[in-house]
Amino acid sequence: MYNFAPSFVNNLLLNKYIMLDHIRLKKGLNIPLKGEAFQKITKTVVSDVIAVKPTDFVGLIPKVLVSEGDSVEAGTPIFADKKRPEIVFCSPCSGVVDAIVRGEKRKLMEIRIKADACTKYIRYDVPKVESVNKGEIINLLLKSGLWACIKQRPYGIVANPEVTPKSIFISGMNTAPLAADLDFVLEKEFEILQVGINVLAKLTKGGVHLSLDASNYASTDLHKFNNIIYHSFSGPHPAGNVGVQINHISPINKGEVVWTVDLHLLVAIGKLFVNGVYDMSRIVAITGPRAINPSYIKCVSGMSMNDISEYVDNEKGDVRIISGDILSGEDVGSEGFLGFNNNQITILPEGNYYEMFGWVKPFRLKKFSISRTYFSWLTQKKKYEMDTNTNGGERAFVVSDVYSKVLPMDIYPVYLFKAIMAENIDKMEQLGIYEIIEEDVALCEFVCPSKINIQSIVKKGIDMMIREME
Amino acid sequence: MNALRKHIDKIKPNFAKGSKLGFLNSTFDAFESFLFVPNKVTKGGSHVKDSVDLKRIMTAVIISVLPAVLFGMWNIGYQHNLAIGGDMGFWPIVLYGFLKILPLYLVSYIVGLGIEFTSAQIRGHEVNEGYLVTGMLIPLIVPVSIPLWMLALAVAFAVIIGKEVFGGTGMNIWNPALLARAFLFFAYPGHMTGDKVWVAGLQKDAIVDGFSGATPLAQISDGLGSIQYSFSDMFFGFIPGSVGETSTLAILIGAFILIYTGVGSWKIMFSCVLGALTIGFIANIFALSEASILAVPAYYHLVMGGFAFGAVFMATDPVSSAQTEKGKWIYGFLIGAFAVTIRLFNPGYPEGMMLAILLMNTFAPLIDYYVVEGNIKKRLKRAKTV
Repeated sequence: MYNFAPSFVNNLLLNKYIMLDHIRLKKGLNIPLKGEAFQKITKTVVSDVIAVKPTDFVGLIPKVLVSEGDSVEAGTPIFADKKRPEIVFCSPCSGVVDAIVRGEKRKLMEIRIKADACTKYIRYDVPKVESVNKGEIINLLLKSGLWACIKQRPYGIVANPEVTPKSIFISGMNTAPLAADLDFVLEKEFEILQVGINVLAKLTKGGVHLSLDASNYASTDLHKFNNIIYHSFSGPHPAGNVGVQINHISPINKGEVVWTVDLHLLVAIGKLFVNGVYDMSRIVAITGPRAINPSYIKCVSGMSMNDISEYVDNEKGDVRIISGDILSGEDVGSEGFLGFNNNQITILPEGNYYEMFGWVKPFRLKKFSISRTYFSWLTQKKKYEMDTNTNGGERAFVVSDVYSKVLPMDIYPVYLFKAIMAENIDKMEQLGIYEIIEEDVALCEFVCPSKINIQSIVKKGIDMMIREME
Repeated sequence: MNALRKHIDKIKPNFAKGSKLGFLNSTFDAFESFLFVPNKVTKGGSHVKDSVDLKRIMTAVIISVLPAVLFGMWNIGYQHNLAIGGDMGFWPIVLYGFLKILPLYLVSYIVGLGIEFTSAQIRGHEVNEGYLVTGMLIPLIVPVSIPLWMLALAVAFAVIIGKEVFGGTGMNIWNPALLARAFLFFAYPGHMTGDKVWVAGLQKDAIVDGFSGATPLAQISDGLGSIQYSFSDMFFGFIPGSVGETSTLAILIGAFILIYTGVGSWKIMFSCVLGALTIGFIANIFALSEASILAVPAYYHLVMGGFAFGAVFMATDPVSSAQTEKGKWIYGFLIGAFAVTIRLFNPGYPEGMMLAILLMNTFAPLIDYYVVEGNIKKRLKRAKTV
């Protein structure tokens, strides 16, 4: 290294352009799924019906605030958190409440709103971000319904406004299979995001941390924000999961709380403080092996999958439409709705077919596996048309070393899962339940040869902790 | 294929729970999923799952054992031929070995799978594929002359007491195959030790002068000089011994497949060798004379008896071995160290490997406990420093 510049210049350069800490993760897996979205917006969806789903929020017990037939505006509260009624969830469009859909045990599944042709917004007086104080920000976020964009760790639930977090973390890299390209999706939102960051910075003393992908750090506009602390990561999925990043930047200990915000939701917060409205429009990637013309669309959160039926290729058999990615998205069906937190839709073939002697066939070159008992590791660049077949029956934990290979955290996953199964709260706490949410162990579930539903085990553990801590 | 599928779909309702043949539900399911990968799809959680399952992993293990099986088959005939001073050719030798090994496998699989199917049926579970591997291994670690009823008893003991009482595959504490061997070793020592059991036909047929039938392990108690076999004989496996354990070369091929596919832990195999060599070298230093058992070069232990087979196929059993990566080093090292220690200091049990592995199976959870405890302490410390 030839370094002639004075040290303060160096420090400045380091701070501004070169990452202070580069964290290289080796463990993990990029699943080579076919159907990456082409970088072009091919449709602007104008929805007839939009739904708001309480199930998008972990651990939420909703209290409905509207009844069928009520007319609402974009920003009208639809339901609130029963435990903290100040946290409300709002309609992203104006129109009439069409149906309040309940599932088993009268659990509230979704509230459908028949949308007007032209969206009417509730308008808020926007304070100047430079002079506004923390209390005012929290009030406005709560009132507008955008508080729901802020999640807290541990548990991944909507943040408690009464707690001041240690710091706020944002992931600026999306490593999930076929995830939306953030640079493309946020192309025109740079200034809005800066406003959002300034707002968040007032909510914590520990600063707003943004983690970027080391490989395209220089080419992305995301490294030009002010009022932010940068980190750089490299490595396969789940390196882009904010939980993994927190674990390496400043792991969560018992009693600590940090907040996280998704970048595409931060845009909505920014828009509130710029335009004074609850604007949940976003750019969503349509991806997957059964997506026709995989590309991007413009829509609002809660959009109906009916509106993208021309992208769904169901001629070759049943398909599954997932709001989110293949690892932790939700199977919403062709009549379902886009989740609050999702900016990706994945369309997969269903795997409901039989394959004769499938497990014993020596090659099965169309099948992907992390295991070298298959040969997919020889064809690193190949993309696969994966389906939803479980590829085997459920068994007890047998092979123990596969899980830690895809979990880049200092955690013993099998011991944590077993502690949850044994409902041993102390052990769960000691083994790191505070540091993970379901999406962080999704790859463990993907690679599990015993086909154990690990995410549902972790969900059970988190629910147990939430109940215990109340 | 389609016709078969249609036929299965037709008869399937008969085996559904609650219908006429419902008590055979698990059995039907086992055969169906043997023939066809089921049409089951993911629900919640990860929508796509990796193509690997336990069947595939077990298949990899079985493939890795095959060289040892084939060599063992040949060696049965070869040793028999030596003993009777015959002049059998290659194919007669293989045929002789095949006819000797076949009944062992029939007994192992019929008894073992019978119990597996029955217990799955009683519990209403799917049949686990674990026994496919166990059943493959058991005939390889017994003397060829073992009476079949004893083998049947040992298999039953291993599967019921060793595995099913704990809840089946994945829940057992000890390696079931080794447990079967331990059962035979303590229940019928006359058939598991001595010079007469390792070669087929020694009790009945006329033996040529000078053929002892003793394994190298039985001979080392008087030092290296008393071993009749050369190092290369022992490495390639032209020696008496349990069916599959003799050829270190064949086992190394298996080890290569296991490590290459990632199914077997190289850490355990490597540390096992390390442990054996360490104790072996220490013994060499303290050997008083050439005739002492302690003087046997450390590396000889790697090719004698069941060391290689145990290190590659038994110690690496993912269920009964240590589960943490750090734990695997300790676990493997101690197996190697104990195996050689038992060989050197307790000639009453010439084969130390079996007992060493079973002992470390017992302690593997303890090793893991301390490794995980270390992780917990680290987490607590982190909380205090912040």
